[in-house]
Amino acid sequence: MLDQTAGFVTEDGRTIGGVVMEMKNITLRFGGVEAIKDISFDIREGEIRAIIGPNGAGKSSMLNVISGFYVPQDGEVWFHGKKRKPMRPYEVARQGIARTFQNIALFEGMSVLDNVMTGRLNHMSANLFQQAFWKGRAEAEEVANREKVEEIIDFLEIQAIRKTPVARLPYGLKKRVELARALAAEPKLLLLDEPMAGMNVEEKEDMSRFILDVNDEFGTTIALIEHDMGVVMDLSDRVVVMDYGKKIGDGTPDEVRSNQQVIDAYLGVSHD
Amino acid sequence: MAEVHTRAGGEMSLPALLQRNAERYGDRPAYREKEYGIWQSWTWAEAEKEVEALALGLLDLGLRPGDFVAIIGRNRPYLYWSMVAVQAAGGVPVPLYQDAVAEEMSYVLANCGARFVIAGDQEQVDKVLEVQDQLTTLEQMIYLDPRGLRKYDHGQLHGFKAVQVQGRKAALALADELNARRAELDYASTCVMLYTSGTTGKPKGVVLSNRNVIETARNSAQFDQLSSDDSILSYLPMAWVGDFIFSVAQAYWCGFCTNCPESPETMMTDLREIGPTYFFAPPRVFEGQLTSVMIRMEDAGRLKRRMFHHFLAHAKKVGGRILDGKAVGLLDRLKYALGDVLVYGPLKDTLGYGRIRVGYTAGEAIGPEIFDFYRSLGINLKQLYGQTEATVFITQQPDGEVRADTVGVPSPSVELKIDETGEIFYRSPGVFVEYFKNPESTMKTKDADGWVATGDAGFIEEKSGHLRIIDRAKDVGKMANGAMFAPKFVENKLKFYPDILEAVLFGNGRDRCVAFINIDLTAVGNWAERNNIAYASYQELAGHPEVLKSITAHVGEVNRSVAEDEMLSGCQVHRFVVLHKELDADDGELTRTRKVRRGFVEEKFQDILAALYDGEVSVSTRTEVTYEDGRKGEISATLAIQDAQISGSMVQLEAAE
Repeated sequence: MLDQTAGFVTEDGRTIGGVVMEMKNITLRFGGVEAIKDISFDIREGEIRAIIGPNGAGKSSMLNVISGFYVPQDGEVWFHGKKRKPMRPYEVARQGIARTFQNIALFEGMSVLDNVMTGRLNHMSANLFQQAFWKGRAEAEEVANREKVEEIIDFLEIQAIRKTPVARLPYGLKKRVELARALAAEPKLLLLDEPMAGMNVEEKEDMSRFILDVNDEFGTTIALIEHDMGVVMDLSDRVVVMDYGKKIGDGTPDEVRSNQQVIDAYLGVSHD
Repeated sequence: MAEVHTRAGGEMSLPALLQRNAERYGDRPAYREKEYGIWQSWTWAEAEKEVEALALGLLDLGLRPGDFVAIIGRNRPYLYWSMVAVQAAGGVPVPLYQDAVAEEMSYVLANCGARFVIAGDQEQVDKVLEVQDQLTTLEQMIYLDPRGLRKYDHGQLHGFKAVQVQGRKAALALADELNARRAELDYASTCVMLYTSGTTGKPKGVVLSNRNVIETARNSAQFDQLSSDDSILSYLPMAWVGDFIFSVAQAYWCGFCTNCPESPETMMTDLREIGPTYFFAPPRVFEGQLTSVMIRMEDAGRLKRRMFHHFLAHAKKVGGRILDGKAVGLLDRLKYALGDVLVYGPLKDTLGYGRIRVGYTAGEAIGPEIFDFYRSLGINLKQLYGQTEATVFITQQPDGEVRADTVGVPSPSVELKIDETGEIFYRSPGVFVEYFKNPESTMKTKDADGWVATGDAGFIEEKSGHLRIIDRAKDVGKMANGAMFAPKFVENKLKFYPDILEAVLFGNGRDRCVAFINIDLTAVGNWAERNNIAYASYQELAGHPEVLKSITAHVGEVNRSVAEDEMLSGCQVHRFVVLHKELDADDGELTRTRKVRRGFVEEKFQDILAALYDGEVSVSTRTEVTYEDGRKGEISATLAIQDAQISGSMVQLEAAE
């Protein structure tokens, strides 16, 4: 296993830093159902960390624990060396965590540009009055934030739909707009909930490239849940495998691929 | 910094013109590009500095005089600067098509022996790296957009800005060398090498000298009174000769501003924002815009729709005449002015043609309706006829003498002649120097006196002096009575009807012409739906009596129009069938670029062709088809043969027999 404190260098020459987030013995129950059972793992700075597993394995619950939306009954979440207390979603966002959703949660009636601008809310401090009359800080802030947003629009190549209402966009592009909004927050940790779900091969390739480029260009730490094994193995530096709420594997894609428990969970065990 | 602003060769090269413009139009915009949602702009003085820094950087990287530098990417100011910087440093820019696949690129890069490549982004860099092994001469690569390239080995890979920084640092040491190389450029030195796409065989590198490029830019700018007040949107491939002449040569000669779109997808929005005064587009762009306008008008409110159609009908009546400066009554003029306020103006503005002074289209035949639509709105859309080998211009239409069926009069300083077979030859200052490393092809195309064969057949109209293109010379034949047979001339007329997708005319060596016709399933299907006509297959729809009636009417109209043409009146369609299957590339009937393979079609459907000439009323046939997954099948059909109405002199001829 890898050294817990110092970073390491990946095969393709990227430097992975120290631990950013650590999950210690997390258990999450819904009534009598244990969705997550005593799971521990960490996320390192600058890496792409995947959480995979069959349907109902508890992946999305895990992501919701990371994002602070669920508070586990047992266990601790450490972020940037501090133990995390229960938080409201906006507090999570202020800590530098942004996410996308499995079932796309954009403002359908608003333009792409406005949607992405909402990702900058934490970087605005003008009050309601200033915003309403575009006075004081509001103007300067909007110009600065628009510049940042335009960089992201350029980066994700969605210039042509800048002014299009989100409702009119095809599914694949909506996913990209969601990624843009998450990036606009300039997150330290980006959570992606099934970024490729429902996409065709070409859209998946595009999205993979964007995820790699985001990691490469902005150095963003990324944690993602994904169904498509091929994509996960190509993209991620390390993979956590879950099955029925338990962790059954953790390591590099190669290590995970050759793990017997993982193979059993994915392909089934022969009963003879 | 050393003095690097010595005058080099007067106005004999693009780098020299750049220096002139930097002095003359210093603070006026030379380049604009939309990036981050805003139009970024560079003045001529700034552009000169950028080009110079890059040229010094190229020297620093070891560019030698005469080196070929491939430039691959979408239209961006940086890549336009690259062309001129390469010239200044003594090299020859070779722009490549950015959508070419790696193998195609490999051929061209190896053929010219490029030592340097300037690529737009990771995609282009990757393509070159993929074929690197086959390229013995390639040494350095420069990229523009660093995205995704961070992890690449930077031994021979350099960022564009880094090269410029390096160039500025080395200015003291290299300025003299740059000045010397720039001073050596004259009319005879090579300006650019452009590869022709080459539908047959390998692409050929067309070498154009500074004389070709600058003389052509000067003549054509005079022809349309282009000036530094004009502006252009550069969105067509940089590897195409037209873009080089419009966006580089004419822009440098006149000192006008070149505007680059944000991305290929935003081109229409950017067009509207810039509102160029000088514009070029192939017919399909104009067709696409017209279709989208018409569809959107169908969704508009009743009042708007009625107003639109009312004033459009008026524009159709008098708009073209007003544009041509012909006599139009006062009332009509007043109504047109009102229409301009209510409909034409806002429409032109929406399309991005609000400020257009000169617009050109070329490349293929444009439908007369489409052409007239734009002209009736007051957009001065004209046609030109050109080739890479001619540095674009062979003929173009002067203001006030514009028609859909000609390509205009010879451009300034261009001589034209038509040989006995009907093929067009030209001679001009723009005639290319040679095909690179291909003296054989050069000799075949250009004779000792400088006359170049176009490969197209045409004739010069006696009354107007305008050139009319008939067809590719190799497709033109003779009918039994010696009259000219030009299939494309008739086929294009047929294809302008929306319900006709494809037409193939036969008649070479025969006494009369017959045709195969394919209906357009989208258009005809739409019509069937609106008229409650049920059909189960393409074949059934193609054989529907109402469809045949309407196609017969179209053929009759085409015959009337063909009859007006003395030379080609023999090409009228006597009989035709509407084919039971769509001509398809999978079946070998079309090329991959959707051009009809005549010989193949003639052979494959020889039973139908025989029936057409034998005077039968119907023909039963079986045809092999290939499905998309490669399986083969057979369809059988009985096709009704239609007689078409013949017009004009042919009728008299037949009556006399």
